[in-house]
Amino acid sequence: MSPILSVRNLSRNFGAIKAVDDVSFDLAKGELLALIGPNGAGKSTCFNMLMGQLKPSSGTVQLMGKNIAGMQPRKIWRMGVGRTFQITATYASMTVVENVQMALMSHHKRLYSLTKFAHKLYRDEALALLDTVGMADQAERHCAVLAYGDLKRLELAVALANDPILLLMDEPTAGMAPRERIALMQLTADILDQRGISVLFTEHDMDVVFAHSHRIMVLNRGQLIADGTVDEIRNNPQVQEVYLGGGTLFKAQENAHA
Amino acid sequence: MNRKTFLNSVIGAFALGVTGFAASAQSGEPIKVGEINHYKRMAAFAEPYKQGIELALEEINADGGVLDRPLEFIFRDDQGDPGEAIKIAEELMTSEGTVMITGSILSNVGLAISSVAAEKGWVYLAAEPLADALTWSQGNPWTFRLRTSTYMQAAMLAEQAAKTDALKYATIAPNYAYGKDAVAAFKEVLTQLKPEVEFVGEQWPALFKIDAGAEVQALERSKPDAIYNVTFGPDLAKFVREGTTRGLFDGRTVYGLLSGEPEYLEPLADEAPEGWVVTGYPWYDFTEEDGANKLFVDGYQAKFDETPKLGSLVGYMTAQSIAAAISKAGSTESDAIRMAFEGLDVATPVGDITFREIDNQATMGAFVGKTMLKDGAGVMTDWTYLDGADYLPSDEEVTKLRPAE
Amino acid sequence: MGLFIAQILTGLANAGALFMVASGLSLIFGVTRVVNFAHGSFYMLGAYVGYSLMQVLPGMVGFWGAILLAGLIVGVIGVIVEICVLRPVYSAPELFQLVATFGVILVIQDLALMIWGPTDLLGPRAPGLKGVIRIMGEPVPQYDIALIIITPFVAFALWYLITKTRVGTLVRAATQDREMVGALGVNQAWLFTGVFFLGCALAGLGGALQLPKGGADLLMDFSIIGSVFVVVVIGGMGSLPGAYLAAVIISVLNVFGVTYAPQSTLVLMFVVMVIVLMFRPFGLLGKEEIAGEHGQTGEPERPIKPAGNRVRMLVTAGLVLLALLPFYSGNFAVVLVTDIMIFCLFAASLHFMLGQGGLVSFGHAAFFGGGAYAAALFVTYADTPMELALVLAPICAGLAAVVIGWVCLRSTGVYFAMLTLAFGQLLWSLAFQWGDVTGGDDGLVNIWPSDWASDNDVYYYLAFVFCIGGILLLRQAAHAPFGYAMRAARDSARQAEAMGINTKRIQWVAFTFAGIMAGLAGGLFVFSKGSIFPNELETARSFDALIVVFLGGVKTLAGGWVGGAFFEGVKDYLTRFEYWRLALGLLIIFVVILGPEGIVGSLRKAGERIGLLKTPEDAK
Repeated sequence: MSPILSVRNLSRNFGAIKAVDDVSFDLAKGELLALIGPNGAGKSTCFNMLMGQLKPSSGTVQLMGKNIAGMQPRKIWRMGVGRTFQITATYASMTVVENVQMALMSHHKRLYSLTKFAHKLYRDEALALLDTVGMADQAERHCAVLAYGDLKRLELAVALANDPILLLMDEPTAGMAPRERIALMQLTADILDQRGISVLFTEHDMDVVFAHSHRIMVLNRGQLIADGTVDEIRNNPQVQEVYLGGGTLFKAQENAHA
Repeated sequence: MNRKTFLNSVIGAFALGVTGFAASAQSGEPIKVGEINHYKRMAAFAEPYKQGIELALEEINADGGVLDRPLEFIFRDDQGDPGEAIKIAEELMTSEGTVMITGSILSNVGLAISSVAAEKGWVYLAAEPLADALTWSQGNPWTFRLRTSTYMQAAMLAEQAAKTDALKYATIAPNYAYGKDAVAAFKEVLTQLKPEVEFVGEQWPALFKIDAGAEVQALERSKPDAIYNVTFGPDLAKFVREGTTRGLFDGRTVYGLLSGEPEYLEPLADEAPEGWVVTGYPWYDFTEEDGANKLFVDGYQAKFDETPKLGSLVGYMTAQSIAAAISKAGSTESDAIRMAFEGLDVATPVGDITFREIDNQATMGAFVGKTMLKDGAGVMTDWTYLDGADYLPSDEEVTKLRPAE
Repeated sequence: MGLFIAQILTGLANAGALFMVASGLSLIFGVTRVVNFAHGSFYMLGAYVGYSLMQVLPGMVGFWGAILLAGLIVGVIGVIVEICVLRPVYSAPELFQLVATFGVILVIQDLALMIWGPTDLLGPRAPGLKGVIRIMGEPVPQYDIALIIITPFVAFALWYLITKTRVGTLVRAATQDREMVGALGVNQAWLFTGVFFLGCALAGLGGALQLPKGGADLLMDFSIIGSVFVVVVIGGMGSLPGAYLAAVIISVLNVFGVTYAPQSTLVLMFVVMVIVLMFRPFGLLGKEEIAGEHGQTGEPERPIKPAGNRVRMLVTAGLVLLALLPFYSGNFAVVLVTDIMIFCLFAASLHFMLGQGGLVSFGHAAFFGGGAYAAALFVTYADTPMELALVLAPICAGLAAVVIGWVCLRSTGVYFAMLTLAFGQLLWSLAFQWGDVTGGDDGLVNIWPSDWASDNDVYYYLAFVFCIGGILLLRQAAHAPFGYAMRAARDSARQAEAMGINTKRIQWVAFTFAGIMAGLAGGLFVFSKGSIFPNELETARSFDALIVVFLGGVKTLAGGWVGGAFFEGVKDYLTRFEYWRLALGLLIIFVVILGPEGIVGSLRKAGERIGLLKTPEDAK
């Protein structure tokens, strides 16, 4: 089966600094792939290139066989890539359901319509999406007053609106309480199972990473130093070295799983 | 709707004073005239003008009023905004019961009122606005103008200039219609009188935003024999100061349109320029020989305890002209008043004037003289009063200028 | 060569007062985020106060003492204004404070008229500096030299204050991050007051220093404020060295403009501003400015919903009442309400792009006046009938908006606003300067409706249909997907872009749509008045609309037209009184303090409090 996303020799320089250096990887259909690494490893730069925020210095990013490197974010989205942000970005002046409707209106190319009432458009679809993330009961709430965890779930619903084949999630659980983190990632994994979506995410929380990823890539100083299953990564000495003192963390994980 | 009552209650607390001239008791309902002006925006000019009107009204009404009824003016502020002026004209003529409209200092407001007057069939006496267009290119049967127009005043100065040896002229005028008209008229008449003159420089400072130092440098650079000045108000003050400091006026005659009017000369105090040839209003020089002029000045000073401006005179003559027109009409119908204005003769402080049938322009003239310093203030000296009738183009040309009626 | 140097010196001397006023404005903006429209008024007060002091204080010491004292006194006046007027509204939505400062302008104008009278005052000359010195044969006034020396001295003192003292550190910190100053344990309120004192004192100093080159008059406030904004923007909002650099550039360019292109005096600095902002969208030395980043956005905007049945019935009843107006009221009421409806459409069009799109325009009159001029030009030169001209007016305004929007939308926030201001000014000067076609400031007259519509009542219905229709269309657009897309682009451009919304294009279309509606209002305006003059393109007209939108309530759907109707109605009533500007100014300040969410927003709150309206559960 050909991969959904295929990244080859992706590099980005800022002056003399190589923020991302010759990164290549594939993402298969239905795969939940984690990209981890210490601060400053180049995760964000790498992610921003995939999402279109940054132009790569060199290399290709192929989505279903088409090169999307250097495309604008909105074009990449139209090709079926949903995304969530590290710091949530929702429309504070709208209700929860309207946030999802907004994405649906964009997906159905109704943005310039003047004749219809927006709050009636694609409402059922939007409610169904909210239901998927467990937010249906909050549909009519004002977005500006939501709790942070709810905003994260809302963002997930929004990201699903264009029926994506790929979800890019930048630290999806940042800023959440530990219990919520696990719940959100479980939710993501469930959705991915149901819909056959592929997910690439970055994450700081190792609990989350090891609990849910199918595969993990480790980035250090702009280079991929490891790429493998949860167990492979956990036992990779190079990775343990990169995460100074990380060994204890991994041991704790092992104990927890034992 | 109860909008008005609502506003009344809300705003009542802010009402600080009401403008309006209450006529003295007389038989019959007062005849009301609408007066629209820029009382706030051009307070320095509008106030003396208003006082001139008040003086005339007092005299007229003491004398039995007009058509045995008291004459009353309703004063309204238009903020210098033409659209606002039109709205007020509409209100005055349709709900306040005024019989005609007068007022405005700014030409554009005058033109706006003149346009609405023609459309609705109301008489409008443009008292102060100077634009030639009012009686010529945009003239209409319902609009009359009292004050000596731009063209007439420029022609008077051009005549003076033609008598000298100066050949190279530079001009400085505010960058708007009045300034442009004033320069064009001066050039036209001077070139007619003396074809060999040459205009070596033109400066167009933005109105009330003059960069005087730079303007003076630019004028100096063109090395003119004489300068024609149209700037006024704060611009004039700055121009005179910079010009004097930098020696621009040394050995050059300056022709100053309106520069001799007390409105502009008085603020300059002991820095008033000397030797400029100007149009203005030398009220301080009037003696018994000047008859009505002197009477007006004395009456004005007695009533208001301040010296008259040119605007005072224009205001006074405005009320006189309107009273004369309504008397002659024998009615307060718009059409009758309009007919009465055609060819109307009015006896005024500066002498008899006529509202010409051909273009509705009054033949009010101007005082032309030289400036000098006297007791630390600028005054006009060697002045003469020039009759406006002598400084208008031929009837033939005027007919061509005015749209067909 | 001598002339060249003399010209540069003239420019440098002129830069003095301009720099002081501009640096004050820049400081105040940098720290408090208040766009202080009233800054020109403080400059004017400086001139008047300085003049009065110079009458009493004799000699050289008196002269310079008067200038310093004038600065101090104006600074104190600024403090009073800050405490009484601005402090209560700091938590209001961004830019709301400018409405309050607009009220301050009106109040100061009338107070100055009361105190100093209407006559222009010629400033006293500096004792001992009345002559000239010759530089390469060219006369240079001694006072110019004094100004050239004083200005960098003041600039240096300011620079020292800001970069080398503790107060300055706080000011800089506040410029970058308001919260942090609070965290440092500094009383933010007094820091703001202090900055206001300094800013206003600088304006007063500028006003007093220019006395020997001019004087004091009641039009000074407006004549300088435009240039000051230009200087601040070219230099970069909040940047003192930028303000000095820009003041010098503008002043020197102006001197050469006067000499070599005398007709350019109206537009030169605006052209310079457009060019600078095209290449440096945040000014020469400015930093990127993001609207709302300083946390001054007030309470979050509420979701909108189409009106419920009760409101619809009320609105319908109101419209019926309005439609029947000619039957139960006099002719003047019909004329007045026609005016008000046209203004309401104009205000609603600005409110649409400001409220829904977050696009603050300082030059919306370009489209109102542009539409009016388009109609008038077609009538004058092509004998176009009214019916067609009323179609062409919005089209032409829309075309202008397409072009202007394309350029302006390259910048954001205050810089976007200033670019729109510049274009408004350019269009104004085009109408003003191109006398052969536009009639210059003598305007275009005799633009009357077709015969069938010439009756005031008939024209009323025409305006009624278009204005009410236009306002309803704008409202519909707000509820439609397009309006939602505008809000999406405003609330989070990043998220919007990431969900396929081309935010710049949405804003461009919104800008154009607002321009079209303003053009329609302009077309209706010109036929109701029969004439058009450049003042309909003036910045003052743009500000009228802006003030009205804030007064009505930015974060409400009805704010534009409610504010418009309120403002026009009140103004019509108040102008009958002698000191109407004072009354109007106080009323505006009063409304601003009492209802920082605008009229509609505050009424809604009040309605909810007394239980007349339902409070949304999330808004508690």
